[in-house]
Amino acid sequence: MASSNAYAQRDPMLKKRDDFEDILEERRNSSDLRYALKCYTPALYKGVAPCKSSMLKSMVLQSDQLHYVIQQVSKETGRQTDNVQEEVSAILDEMAHSLQLSTVRFFAFTLSKIFKSLFKSIRVNEEGIQRLQQAIQDHPVVLLPSHRSYMDFLLMSYLLYTYDLTLPVIAAGMDFMGMKFVGEMFRMSGAFFIRRSFGGNKLYWAVFSEYVKTMLKNGFAPVEFFLEGTRSRTSKSLIPKLGLLNIVMDPFLKGEVFDVHVVPVSISYERILEETLYARELLGIPKPKESTSGLFKARKVLSEDYGSIHVYFGQPVSVRSLAEGRVNRCQFNLVPRHIPGRPDEDIHSFVNDSAYKLVRAQEDNMVLKPWVLLASLLLQKQAVGQEQGTALDELTAQAVWLRDLSRQYGAFLHWPDQMTPSEVVSSSLSLHRGLVRTCEGKVQLALEHEEKLLSQAVIVLSCASYRNQALHVFLRPALLASAIHAASSNQKQEVFNSFSFLRNMFSNEFILCPGATVQDFEEACYLLVKTGTLQVTQKEVLVNERGHRTLAFLVSMLDPFLQGYQVVCRFLCEEATETLTEKQFIPAIRKFIIKHLLAGRLRYAEVLSSDLQKNSLAAFLRLGAVEKIKGYQISNVSPCLGGKLPTQKAVVARL
Amino acid sequence: MYGCSNLMYCISEHAPHSSLQEIMKWNGWGYSDTKFLFNKKGQAEFTGKRYKLSGMIIPALKEWMEGTFGTNMQHKSLATPALTRTAVQPPTLNEAFVEELKSTGVPFSHDAEDRVFRAHGHCLHEIFALREGKVGRVPDLVVWPNCHNDVVKIVELACKHNVCLIPYGGGTSVSSALECPQEETRSIVSVDTSQMNRILWIDEKNLTAHMEAGIVGQDLERLLNESGYCTGHEPDSMEFSSLGGWVATRASGMKKNIYGNIEDLVIHVKMVTPQGVVEKSCQGPRMSTGPDIHHFIMGSEGTLGVVTEVTMKIRPMPEYQKYGSVVFPNFEQGVACLREVARQRCAPASIRLMDNEQFKFGHALKPQVSSMFTSFLEGLKKFYITKFKGFDPDCLCVATLLFEGNREKVLQHEKQVYDIAAKFGGLAAGEDNGQRGYMLTFVIAYLRDLGMDYYVIGESFETSVPWDRVLDICRNVKARIIRECKDKGVQFQPFSTCRVTQTYDAGACVYFYFAFNYRGLSDPVHMFEEVEHAAREEILANGGSLSHHHGVGKLRKAWMRETVSDVGMGMLKSVKDYVDPNNIFGNGNLL
Repeated sequence: MASSNAYAQRDPMLKKRDDFEDILEERRNSSDLRYALKCYTPALYKGVAPCKSSMLKSMVLQSDQLHYVIQQVSKETGRQTDNVQEEVSAILDEMAHSLQLSTVRFFAFTLSKIFKSLFKSIRVNEEGIQRLQQAIQDHPVVLLPSHRSYMDFLLMSYLLYTYDLTLPVIAAGMDFMGMKFVGEMFRMSGAFFIRRSFGGNKLYWAVFSEYVKTMLKNGFAPVEFFLEGTRSRTSKSLIPKLGLLNIVMDPFLKGEVFDVHVVPVSISYERILEETLYARELLGIPKPKESTSGLFKARKVLSEDYGSIHVYFGQPVSVRSLAEGRVNRCQFNLVPRHIPGRPDEDIHSFVNDSAYKLVRAQEDNMVLKPWVLLASLLLQKQAVGQEQGTALDELTAQAVWLRDLSRQYGAFLHWPDQMTPSEVVSSSLSLHRGLVRTCEGKVQLALEHEEKLLSQAVIVLSCASYRNQALHVFLRPALLASAIHAASSNQKQEVFNSFSFLRNMFSNEFILCPGATVQDFEEACYLLVKTGTLQVTQKEVLVNERGHRTLAFLVSMLDPFLQGYQVVCRFLCEEATETLTEKQFIPAIRKFIIKHLLAGRLRYAEVLSSDLQKNSLAAFLRLGAVEKIKGYQISNVSPCLGGKLPTQKAVVARL
Repeated sequence: MYGCSNLMYCISEHAPHSSLQEIMKWNGWGYSDTKFLFNKKGQAEFTGKRYKLSGMIIPALKEWMEGTFGTNMQHKSLATPALTRTAVQPPTLNEAFVEELKSTGVPFSHDAEDRVFRAHGHCLHEIFALREGKVGRVPDLVVWPNCHNDVVKIVELACKHNVCLIPYGGGTSVSSALECPQEETRSIVSVDTSQMNRILWIDEKNLTAHMEAGIVGQDLERLLNESGYCTGHEPDSMEFSSLGGWVATRASGMKKNIYGNIEDLVIHVKMVTPQGVVEKSCQGPRMSTGPDIHHFIMGSEGTLGVVTEVTMKIRPMPEYQKYGSVVFPNFEQGVACLREVARQRCAPASIRLMDNEQFKFGHALKPQVSSMFTSFLEGLKKFYITKFKGFDPDCLCVATLLFEGNREKVLQHEKQVYDIAAKFGGLAAGEDNGQRGYMLTFVIAYLRDLGMDYYVIGESFETSVPWDRVLDICRNVKARIIRECKDKGVQFQPFSTCRVTQTYDAGACVYFYFAFNYRGLSDPVHMFEEVEHAAREEILANGGSLSHHHGVGKLRKAWMRETVSDVGMGMLKSVKDYVDPNNIFGNGNLL
């Protein structure tokens, strides 16, 4: 299956990436005020004049689409059209942005101050900016930044302002609106607000999609939204949400624009502002509701050092080329285009595949800091119970080994080559001193024995969130390594089956493009063969003598997840004999896991992450091991569970 | 009224060389005496005496060509001057067929020039090959039937001896319809209908006329005009295309708003098929007698038989004609205006909207103005539109209009249309601009030959599309052409332009032109075809039809199935299988 030739062309080592420039450097050397008041004249899409928000609203209100839906709603409910029209108007007022340059200038000024105190540098690939600038002039543009922090969208607008690009309009969740003053400020800096859920509300959907499409089609401004839907609390990329992507692709599919260019943007933080906040949230320590006062309380973060940020503007992706040969656009010929309709199966799968491609593009250009590798190593060591920690030079040697390995796998690693490895390691450790402890030349996670389990788990989960940044680099080889580990023989088919099972099980957890099992398997084989770990023949998969170290590392990388899924599985078999409501699930499983952790039957505190628990439940649901009754009850289908998961049992047995 | 003796030929054993073949180019468009060239002073000139533009200097054309295509007067790509007879394969004759044909007295020829002349239409690849002196499969024999009965005899003989027949009218096809199928092993006989060119009768009570199908458009109009009538059917190719060809391709005329398209004009058709003659028994203006058999004939593209005689509606010649034009600030406004005109069903005989590129192109074709006064007026007009009215010269576009009918009504109609135009920001821009617009229709085809002398190749193609998609299709198809050319390594951005040429209640007909400089490309024709293919894909993806009036031929055959569905294809096939089971009419078009 795996032919090295086919992969030689896309050897991850050969990926070409742009260089970065620090934008804070100039801010430190010149006046912020002058910068905030600078002359701002972005190049526009085909010279289209920007559109006032009031004008935009009236364009949306007068569109054929809304006209049609208003008539329809009025007919269905018996309401007067005027009345429905008013509702539409109100929805639009609640939603619409009111971008004002003055507000942007205000943010430009204050953010300059804040950024300078928080971050060492904000590094941007300027070639990406140039590509974006060209794209904005030629096509409607959609910006898709990764989402790890509240900071993301402010940072994006800040960057576009800095480089004199058209300011984006940003889809934001309604929860921001809770912060009265800040919400309005965001609105004036280009955010528009969407309700979190409006599934059945036809009118809302129509207004929302028409609003986005109108902005996009006319090329008034780049539309920005988060493909992952929400901030990832674990630093793993989240399974993409398709709603908005569907909307922005629609104008192309229906021929209303020649093309739409989608630009994935990868924002990586050396230290995430919300680090422990996320860990607490995952552990079920309730998150404070977004409020202005809360934001002020959070200002103590201002006094700490958060390292640097890397922002990589990826290659613009033409929706036209994505769709070429995949979508038959003629299917829209027979119904007037302003009549809303559910996308067909093939459109849905096209959008879904594109979404995965785009998230993978984000992952690919995510800059990894050395600390990410250290966190991976330290977590593995902690799990095998090294009480006294690892000697600094040993850790350094291992980090160098891992650096080389990850580079071979194509990681976008920012390892300062001008420093000695030990300098690199110690500066990383010092930036994250809240998470690690160095004592008598030995390094380990900052877990105090007298501390409660949950407090320890906060540290572990924080650390895991850094390791997770590198997961996408190791994921496919790790799946293969685990598959080899689990398979009962060296037969290639056997290994493939095992790989395929693991991949399928984890497809709610990681970004694994649907239907790409064979490609992923080949890619994994290619990488492991290339690095001398494996030999893959026609029939067999053989581990090289010097490959054991790599394999062990890869297996350990995936082990917490495997164990986690296994625990959830055991919980469902043992404890959840009765049906269980969805609300009860998390507290119940948490109790079960704590019990196992305290008894020493489980090594990984990170299994306490509600993210993993939810993902595993979703996976079992998808695999039919568990079923949903009446929408909110979980019923355990034991025979199925027993029958469907033999391979997993085998995995456990081999571990 | 029986015929016009000056155009009749005696039946002879020799080929009755049709007048057209003698005065037309063998490897380009139109009359041999008429062409564009750059004279010794380097100015463009249009030769001959046939057109209004003939004999005139066109000062701006050179600069336009250089600016649009990056052509250089030093770099020429001239055509092979004459046909090399050795390049033509010797004919494969079916001796038995030829023997029996002789006994019928129908003239025929297997002269190389006669055969090559009937082996092509006017697709770019066909003309390009001829210019390079390359000749592919050509008909083995040309026959010139003189009347319906001659055709009956020819078809009978062809069936008897299994000979492949390809009907030939005016030779203006742009769908590869006249190309001989490569795989055809039988002797191919081109049935040239040019001698069947008589008006057989005119019925003034019912306003109909009965013609032989070989009559060419301009002759038909001229002859009817002599009696005070016209058909009003004026496709752009009417100088050369024939009545039979119009029926076989479902042609459309410029003035269809008043007179209708060919399917509206035809009252009765006689077609000779391998199964015999098909025709209706009466001339009732409308019938409910199952699916209309005329619709099997119209658009059959020579795959079922030869159309020999047609009865068509005629109208008294219009009392008054008036051209006009309107300038719009942009194409969007122009389309909106045309849509409104269609909504109010007040379209003039013809209304066409050119986009900005084509407007500029039209400007480049303005002949030298002779008087200071006209040039002063021109300047004033330009000043008024661009400076006073604030129209952007890179956005504005122009609609050309033609009104016909009773003088009073024309003036009234004119006012109505200009009032609508004003609502969309349109400014009346004079009769001259309108008239020149229509004159260019006939002249523009000659321009391609000039382009080909300077490494520029181009083509036009058309579609029909619902109103709500007109703007989208225009933008997307033009952009697709530009992108495809760029991707394929064309150095200079191609000329990619469109115009809306017909309005209907539910949509419009859109015409695209594209051309580019192929200097430095190794296989320009292949590349050209790929771009054309991509453009058609784009049209279909944007809700456009496979063709509005050019037909399918072999060029667009690949899309036929998705256009009419599997069942539709089966229906058409079963008709073909019944009418022509041995594929005597084997030109391979359509299906």
